[in-house]
Order: sequence, then structure tokens, then C-alpha cells
Amino acid sequence: MLKLNINGKTMSVEADNDTPLLWAIREQLQMTGTKFGCGAGLCGACTVHVNGEAVRSCQTALGDVAGKKITTIEGLSAKGDHPLQKAWITEQVPQCGYCQSGQIMQAASLLAKNPNPTKEEVVAHMDGNLCRCMTYSRIQKAIMRAASEMRTASNTGTERRAT
Amino acid sequence: MNKHVKITSTEPADLSRRSFLVGTAAAGLALGYSGVPGLLGADQALAAPASFDPSVWYSIGPDGLVTVTCGKADMGQHIASTMAQIICEELGASWKDMRVQLASNDPKFNDPVLGAQITGGSWSTMMNFDAMSRAGAAGRMALVDAAVAAMGVPPYFKDELVVRDSMVMHPKSKKSMSFADIVKSGKITKTFTPDELKAIKLKTPDQYTMIGVSVPQLDIPSKTNGSAKYGIDTMLPGMVYGKTVTPPVRYGATVKSVDDSEAKKVPGFIKAVILDDKTATTTGWVVAVADTYANARKAARALKISYDRGPNAELSSDSLLAEAKRLQALDESGLFFVKDGDTAAALGTAAKVLEAEYTTSINIHAPLEPMNATAQLQGDIWHLYSGNQFATRSGAIAAGAAGVDPKFVVMHQTWLGGGFGRRLDADMMVPAVQAAKAVGKPVKVIYSREDDMTMDFSRPLTFQKIKAGLDGDGKLVAMQHDVVSAWPTKRWGIPDFLTPSVDKKGALDAFTVNGADFFYSVPNHSVRAILNEMAQNATPSGQLRSVAPGWTFWAVESMVDELAHAAGQDPAQFRIALLDGKGKQDGGAQRLRNTLLTAMGMAGYGARQLPKGEGMGVACVSSQERATASWTACVAHVAVASNGEVKVKKLTVATDIGTQVHPDNVRAQVEGAALWGLSLAMYEKATLKHGAIEQTNFDSYHPLRMSQVPEVAVSVIANGEKATGVGEPAVTVVAPALGNAIFNACGARVRSLPITAEAVKAGMKA
Repeated sequence: MLKLNINGKTMSVEADNDTPLLWAIREQLQMTGTKFGCGAGLCGACTVHVNGEAVRSCQTALGDVAGKKITTIEGLSAKGDHPLQKAWITEQVPQCGYCQSGQIMQAASLLAKNPNPTKEEVVAHMDGNLCRCMTYSRIQKAIMRAASEMRTASNTGTERRAT
Repeated sequence: MNKHVKITSTEPADLSRRSFLVGTAAAGLALGYSGVPGLLGADQALAAPASFDPSVWYSIGPDGLVTVTCGKADMGQHIASTMAQIICEELGASWKDMRVQLASNDPKFNDPVLGAQITGGSWSTMMNFDAMSRAGAAGRMALVDAAVAAMGVPPYFKDELVVRDSMVMHPKSKKSMSFADIVKSGKITKTFTPDELKAIKLKTPDQYTMIGVSVPQLDIPSKTNGSAKYGIDTMLPGMVYGKTVTPPVRYGATVKSVDDSEAKKVPGFIKAVILDDKTATTTGWVVAVADTYANARKAARALKISYDRGPNAELSSDSLLAEAKRLQALDESGLFFVKDGDTAAALGTAAKVLEAEYTTSINIHAPLEPMNATAQLQGDIWHLYSGNQFATRSGAIAAGAAGVDPKFVVMHQTWLGGGFGRRLDADMMVPAVQAAKAVGKPVKVIYSREDDMTMDFSRPLTFQKIKAGLDGDGKLVAMQHDVVSAWPTKRWGIPDFLTPSVDKKGALDAFTVNGADFFYSVPNHSVRAILNEMAQNATPSGQLRSVAPGWTFWAVESMVDELAHAAGQDPAQFRIALLDGKGKQDGGAQRLRNTLLTAMGMAGYGARQLPKGEGMGVACVSSQERATASWTACVAHVAVASNGEVKVKKLTVATDIGTQVHPDNVRAQVEGAALWGLSLAMYEKATLKHGAIEQTNFDSYHPLRMSQVPEVAVSVIANGEKATGVGEPAVTVVAPALGNAIFNACGARVRSLPITAEAVKAGMKA
């Protein structure tokens, strides 16, 4: 029995240390927003955060994440209203939608560190995430929209604190 | 193949013989066609509630929510939302009240035109627009009748009523009633005979308030928070897991023995199941079943299986291509898809004859959700949970695998994590059903990406030869076109999907030659469809997004360009002259010409000087079929380096789709399709070696990534003609536009897909 800290909760899972995090999250804990795409770290569909870093959960063993903070798409925001999730709806990004949890988690790790990315930085950060429907240009637009909204929100916050 | 599959429900739905029923059911108002042709009205049907079984296309609850049941597979084209939008327009509901759900494989949800549940060909909007519009209008009329009675408005005021935003309003008297209140007010019963339904006057485009509006897609929010459910997300009580172990040969291998002694050491291992697939969909497959998927994977790896590699074990892409060339050279090969004039005679007297061969490689669908299915036997009913595009046939395959009649199979539809034609096939039902049968529990089978790629029902390797003749004025007078490939549709074993040859000598798979019957006026024109039996056996092929036009237009539009250059004419002007709209080409040719002119204008074709090493190329297509064409043209702008590397600077696409239901979605689909076209043209290549597909994951098979996306400009022409499809045509136009642009940039003519730097470099004049 392993204990995992996922989305701020402690969860127990019956599995070996070498079990990929992906399969424990999806099939044992039944949080199916994280997707299986390739099993080899080549497509990004299974992206989650471990201590704030985007990782491929299909390539992450359970034994390596014990005691660390794991965030999945279900835990990115309380009500599905992270600026990226809102931007994804505004730009009507998803087609089949299967890769989009991974895309959003990958993008969130970028904006957490770089609130004002250039297009080139977005492309470099997102290039490991495949979208077979090819929604790439909308993904880019949504990331830029979310970044802008997050900057505005944090500026407003700063001003408020100043006054 | 598939001789054990019994398709029981391909009878045409023929809604023209069925009444449309509106009636109060337990959960509110139900609206749909009667389950059987005949005269049983809603009132009679309701008098005996047990027999009231309309094809419930939508219902309205006492809360006013309108739930549309979509019989189409939604793989990202937002078709469920589109169906709701078409109904919403005529019904007069508010978009915020619209909901969608996905249909089971019950024949009552069959496509009204196709008579089966199948999603493909960019057909759905076109083939369902009228039926959905009439269903919406009938619902509105029934609600109005009930509202008139309930509001106490004299019936002769009926024409003064306004239906909008889920309200029936009488502006003069300021009376109004919501759909919710009308439904709650009591029994609404109305039957439309087929004639009455046909006589309903639908809105004209100037009256539209929903069609043509980019409303928020109903499925999108759930696809941003992880809550959208795909087949792979199915969870059933007591369910165990199956991991497929696929053989080292694509097709034809058999299992000689399975040694599970090591697998038995894996905790949770239950059983290794050798498939006995009488549907012949799979050969030589084993499923490792265990309590968790992680353990099933471990057990699968631990199995020691010996195979008889079968008759295809030494075949390669080269053997398939050599066989295709051998077949093409034979006069007796194939069947005629087009035979106009006397091509041989015209080629004999032509002033100039050009001859060229075009090839396309094997391509893999690789939707991001790997194939999967969950099977459960309850009583004598098999329940299958799997996102699929062809519920009618998938249910039959599942039944074949279970050894039961298809009526004992219920297919439960989910959102599809990509389809692109892959989920028209039903191989995943076989391991799920047989594993569940073997262990007596529900089993979820998930393919690894490696299983998914190596066992794909791929786009077939194709070989085409075109011989074409110009007269003394440089006019195209003859074209002889041979298309050699596996025949994906023949594999289905459903005669209705095959097409008689023009000389009635046999049935051919039109889904390998569509597009070759183009809209250019060529007086002497023949097209032969030739089955490559070796490829058919070694690489069972499937329909891949855009299907035949993905290769036929590669050949035709490249050759037309070569002919233009040979005639000393501008390739775009050469095409415009061929699109004269004479005879059978009337209508289509003009629309295609207009898209070409639009794309040329947007791209600035011929209007500016390009730097050395850059070029623009054009192509125009009538995908998918002649009868279902969306007229599409592309101008590709490329820069070619001296080493043959091609940089795609811009793709400009213009498409005439008649009517656009949802403009933003049309753009999304056309953009995605154009990028698919680019991906197939330049990056995706699969090969067969020793009978096996060599590419196993995204490190060896390379769909387009974000860094490879060029600028894409799209112009959508909606000229009021009937709505046609958008998911596929733009796929087919990109490769030839790129090939033609490369020629204009550097003089290299590429005739093989995907285009490689080596081929471009080799084609450059020294």
C-alpha cells in the first residue's frame, strides 16, 4: 500500500513501486482526466505536475513520487476555472479533446514560471505534446490569452495592495 | 474476410414512410420518428405506452432542457453539437437549454440516408440537415398548438405567435409561455404523416438565427477539466484488465503455443486468452488478463508465445509496390470507374503524351486514444463500451466474436479520442469479448501504442499511373488513370458499400478511386480501380481521413500541373480553362473554379515576385465524392533550400461548403484538415518489413508537431447551397499544392508521398 498526495488529498493505492503513476491515477484511483497516449513519454497526453513541474506520468514510477505533491487536471483549479481552462473555452480549442488535459497541464507549468512567454517560448515548451486533431494554433492563442489574463489579474492585485 | 459477420440492420431507414411522433412520455416530451413504417399515430401509440417506441431524436424535459440524441460518432468534429444546433434553429429553443447525448447501436438511431450507424466521409451534416430541421420544426408546431390551448389565445392568432428563446410568445396580448411550462401543462400529442412532415415549410436562410452562428460547442467545457468520458475511461464493477499481445506479423500469423509459467508469477494475473476470431478481424492475438492494467502489462511481457508467422511473413512495402506495378501493367487488371470517350485512340493521336507514376506510403491513423473496448455479459446481452464510428458493424463483429446474434449486443457510445476513420474498424471488440467470456468478468482491453500502430487498419500503399495527351493547342484531350491499392471497403463484406463498374463487369471499391472522377472537362477519360490482393492480405487497410481523394488528387493534381508546364501555360489558368462546366461538369466545375480564384487572390498568386528558391503551387479538389463534394483549393507557398529541405511558409485554403452551420467550427475543421494534409505530405510514413509495420510509436512515426505548423489562411465560401462536409476535403488538396509549389521553387518534380528532402534534391536540375 502506497500513500500519494494528489490534488491536496492523501490517497492510498495498492501497487508496486515500479507501477507507472499514470495507471495508478487512472485505473486504480479512477481519476480519468489524465490520459494514456503512448506509454513512452513521446506525446504528453499523460502530463501531470509533480511539485509544480510538468512530468509524463507514464514515465514516472510510483516509488519516485511518494511524499511529493501531485496535481492532475482534476486538481488544477477548484471549479475548472484556471485562466488556461477559461481561455481553452473562449478560444474553443478542443476537437476530440483527448490530448487537452495534457496540453493544459503542460502550459500551466510554463505560465507558472514565465508569465509573459514569447511565441517561440510557447512552441518550445509545448512541442512534446501531440495533438492529432492539430489544434495547435488555437492552443497557442489560448496560452497567450491566459497569460495576458493572469498578468492583468496580478497587476490589479499589486495595485490594490499598493493603495 | 468477415464471412462470419452478420449485419442485421442495414435496411434503409427510409423516413419518407414513417410518421413523426410528438408525445408526452414519462420524462417529458419525446419527439422522433415512429419505430416502424406505418400509420400508428402518437395518440394510438400513447394509448398503449408499451408500444410507444419512437426513434427519440430529442426530448424536452419539464425543466425545459432539450436533449438531442446523436447517432453520429463525435470524434472532435462537434457533430453532436451541430445536430443540436440544426434542431434548435427550427424548434426555437434557447441554446443554453440544449444538451446532447450519444446514441446506442439501436437501429432506430440509424442515419436517415445511409440506413446504418456509420460516421465518415464528412457526410453527417449534409445527410442529416433536412431530417433534423424537420424534426425541430415539428416539435415547434406541436408546442405552439399546445400553447395556444393553454394560453387561451384564439387559434386564428396562431400566425401571430413568435417562438424564440424557448418561449412561445404572443406580442399583441403580451402573453407568453415557456417550453418548460408547455411541457408541464399536460399531454401534447401530435402525429405528422410523412406527407405532412415533408410539407413543413422550413426557414429560409434569411430567417436563420442559429444556423451560421458560432455558438459555444456543448462538448468543449468537459474537455478542459478532465470530465469528458472516452471509451478508455469506462469503469464497471468487478472489471478486470486485458493487455493485448499482438503477433510479429500484421496479418496471417497463428499462435502455436503460449507458455504462461512466468506470467503466473505476476501478482493478480488471471489468464492468457488466445483469441479464436471467426470474424477474421485479427490473427494470432493473445490477451493477458489481470486484476489491474499495470499487472496485465507485466503479465503480457512475461508470456512466451511461439507463432506460425503465416503466408505474409516475408512481405515488405517493396513487395507490395512491385506487385502493384505488375498488376497495373496487365490489360485485364481491375474494373473501370470512369470510361468516357476513347482514351486509347485519343492518346494515339495526341500531339504530346505525358506519362508518370505516383505513389503514397502506408499511413497510420494513430488517434491519441489508443484502441480499447470494455465488454460485459449481463444475462444474454453483451454490453460493449468503446468509442466507435460504425456501431452497426462493430456490434456485428462483437457478436461474431461472442458467437451470438447481433441483436444480443448493445454498443455504448462515448466521445472518441480521435477517429479519423480508425474507429470504423472493430478489432478491439474481439479481445474484449473473448477475454470477458474466458474469465467470466467484465474486461477492459487497452492496446499499447505499439499494438495500436502495428495493428492499424492503415491507409494503403498506393501506386498510380497516369498517361495524358495534349492536342496541338495544348489542350488536355485524354487521360488514362490506373489506381492500384488494397480495397478497404471490400474487407467490410457489405455489398452495398461497393460500386458497380461502369461496364457492369464487377463491383469495385469506389473508396479507392473517388476524386479520379474529377470536374475537369476531358473528353477521353478512363479510370481503372485495381485491387492489390497481396496488400489486401498483408496490410488489411482502412479508411483514413479523406480516404481515396488523399491519393487520387495527389496524382491528378500533380499531373495536371505537369501538363500545364508541358503546354507552356500557367498551371492555375490551365485549370480554370479545364473547369468550363460543360455537360456533366456543370455546376461543380464553376464552384471549384471560384474557390481556386479565391485562394489565388488571397495568396497573391502571380501578383508578386518571389525570391529565388521560393514558389507557389496550386491544387483544387472536389472531395469527398462527386455527390458530396466540398469544393476546395489551396495555394501553397514554399521555400526550398539547396539541400532539398522544404520550408512551408503558408497554406492558403478556400472552400465552398454551401451553408455553414457553425462558422468557427468550420474553420477549426478546415485548419485541422489542412495540417493533416501537410503532415501526410511531409512527415508521416509507415513501412512494412517481414510482414510487420516497422513504426511502433511516435519516435518512428511522426505526426505534425506545433513547431512544424506554418501560417494557414482559410476562406470559407457559403453561397446558400446545401451544407456539405468540412472534415476532410482540405486534407487532400495540400500535398499536390506543395508538390507543385516545390516544382515552381526549384524545378524538382516529386511524385512520391511523403515528400523528402532527398527526393527534392534528386529532382533538382544540376
